Amino acid sequence: MSTVTVSPAAPAGRVRLPAIDPAAAVARTRPRSSLIETVSQVLVMAWRALKKMRRNPEQFFDVTIQPLLFTAMFAYIFGGAISGNVASYLPLLIPGIVAQTVLTTCMATGVQLREDMEKGVFDRFKALPVARIAPLAGPMVADLVRYLIAAGLTFAMGAIIGYRPGGGVLGVLGAIALAIFTGWSLAWIFTWIGTIARNARTVQGMSMLILFPLTFLSNAFVPVSTLPGWLAAFVKVNPVSHLVSATRDLANNATITSEVGWTLLCCLAVIMIFAPLSVRSYRRHL
Amino acid sequence: MTTTAAIDAVGLVKTFGQLRAVDGIDLEVGQGEIFGVLGPNGAGKTTALKMLATLLPIEAGQARIFGVDVAREPHRIRQLIGITGQYASVDEDLTATENLWLFGRLQGLRSADVRAAAKRLLAQFGLQDAADKPIAQFSGGMRRRLDLAASLITRPPLIFLDEPTTGLDPRTRGQMWDTIRELVADGCTVLLTTQYLDEADQLAGRIAVIDRGRKVAEGTPDELKDSVGNSTLQVQLAPDADAGLARQLVRRVTGAEPVLTPGSGRMNVPLRTADLAADVLIGFRQAGIAIISVNVAKPTLDEVFFALTGHGAEDGADLSRHTAEFALEVQ
Repeated sequence: MSTVTVSPAAPAGRVRLPAIDPAAAVARTRPRSSLIETVSQVLVMAWRALKKMRRNPEQFFDVTIQPLLFTAMFAYIFGGAISGNVASYLPLLIPGIVAQTVLTTCMATGVQLREDMEKGVFDRFKALPVARIAPLAGPMVADLVRYLIAAGLTFAMGAIIGYRPGGGVLGVLGAIALAIFTGWSLAWIFTWIGTIARNARTVQGMSMLILFPLTFLSNAFVPVSTLPGWLAAFVKVNPVSHLVSATRDLANNATITSEVGWTLLCCLAVIMIFAPLSVRSYRRHL
Repeated sequence: MTTTAAIDAVGLVKTFGQLRAVDGIDLEVGQGEIFGVLGPNGAGKTTALKMLATLLPIEAGQARIFGVDVAREPHRIRQLIGITGQYASVDEDLTATENLWLFGRLQGLRSADVRAAAKRLLAQFGLQDAADKPIAQFSGGMRRRLDLAASLITRPPLIFLDEPTTGLDPRTRGQMWDTIRELVADGCTVLLTTQYLDEADQLAGRIAVIDRGRKVAEGTPDELKDSVGNSTLQVQLAPDADAGLARQLVRRVTGAEPVLTPGSGRMNVPLRTADLAADVLIGFRQAGIAIISVNVAKPTLDEVFFALTGHGAEDGADLSRHTAEFALEVQ
């Protein structure tokens, strides 16, 4: 009966839909999101994150300014001291900067997630029939764009200064792909920090504390042979060193060495540990 | 065919440390009803609503929505409800259309269906001109309407509205009320919390009054108001007037006990009908009782509370500066 009534007070063009049928709605419900639904929810969340990136271009500062500035700065300041001249330092330096920028970029993932979680819209996400991983994984998928920009710009800046990667186009593309995957995997650590920390500032502080030793106590900027023994021992097991070495092997020689394997193994371990931890801790916020 | 209740909750409990925020509340809401949960800030309204909406775990008791158990099948429940809170929960960085697209797609609607639904809802809520503006430029009322539109995109059969008009100006408030009535015309069931008696009165078929985590009364708005009289006659007696005589007179004319503020000569008389105000005043004139001012006011939530609980709304747990504000609103 209510399907045919058009209230005279309704504004022109108001469409009357068939009445809502609760019994049918109950029959349509499902106990949980299927895998396909979950993937689609993650992609919708990624779409949201991309929209936000486009509206807040200052979010791109870290992935644009840092690679450009650091590449030039490190090359000209340390080039002579470490390798005799700038050109011969570049094959050592550029993969190091790639690793460093990608790591800094994934730190931003955690900070932004924390900021996002404090906004009202997250209240709605919680009340929606959406897989709990979607609000976390969505922004991370969108961040792939940022890793791509960061890694791509570093190589581009290197090329401008005079870097001629021996691995050719394929080698460099391989190095970029590896850097992106690593960044994405490690971002789960920072996502987890984002879900446990009290506020965005804490996330930033905690992340810095993890990042600085990891990037600087690695072979990113200097040859390991120049370090004292105890430090060299740490640097050799530091996962960032594996990433840097793997990136060098790919970009400079186009060879897939065991370093690539170690890097991928580390990444998988990080995902297996921190993705479930993040989802668990995010649930607790409900 | 028997219809399942939209909400069937028994003995809901939620504690925060020492505070029993919800202390054994039963609610039964039939399909197609607008059910009002009335109470002051801190009474436990929002907590109860959040438990029903799967946003807070149910500590004790049981709740079913259209027969589905809330604690056991939260994902199913989330497909049956829409919830609009006191604070607009839409994405500030997106436009109105993008927000609706986001929430529709997240819930598995097809792209074309979301677009059609978004267009229909924006028109229905008078937001079509702002469809492509970022929310940051929206007024409070527009945000609230968009928020409600976002809850409706999948046409859920049950809508929770948590203080839908708190902080809105009177005109926007009236629009919101119309919208809520339209929801029910579409076949929705609505559970709304409010601290305004007149809002519950305007909208709800039945009202539960909540105080300190407990339900202190339930009934139709008329039943509820009858418990305090429909309105109140406030009289300021002249300093030399005989308050005792005035009291006797009021009792005789109205059959109700007036509330006298000792020392100030102020008297509040509960009235079943507004006509009785004239009878009381004529009685005062005939008895020679002088008065300084007169005012007829609708019952405030405070008075309903006083009648139901024996204490004012302002001495409830963790209550607040808002008390003055809602007393003003209701008058």
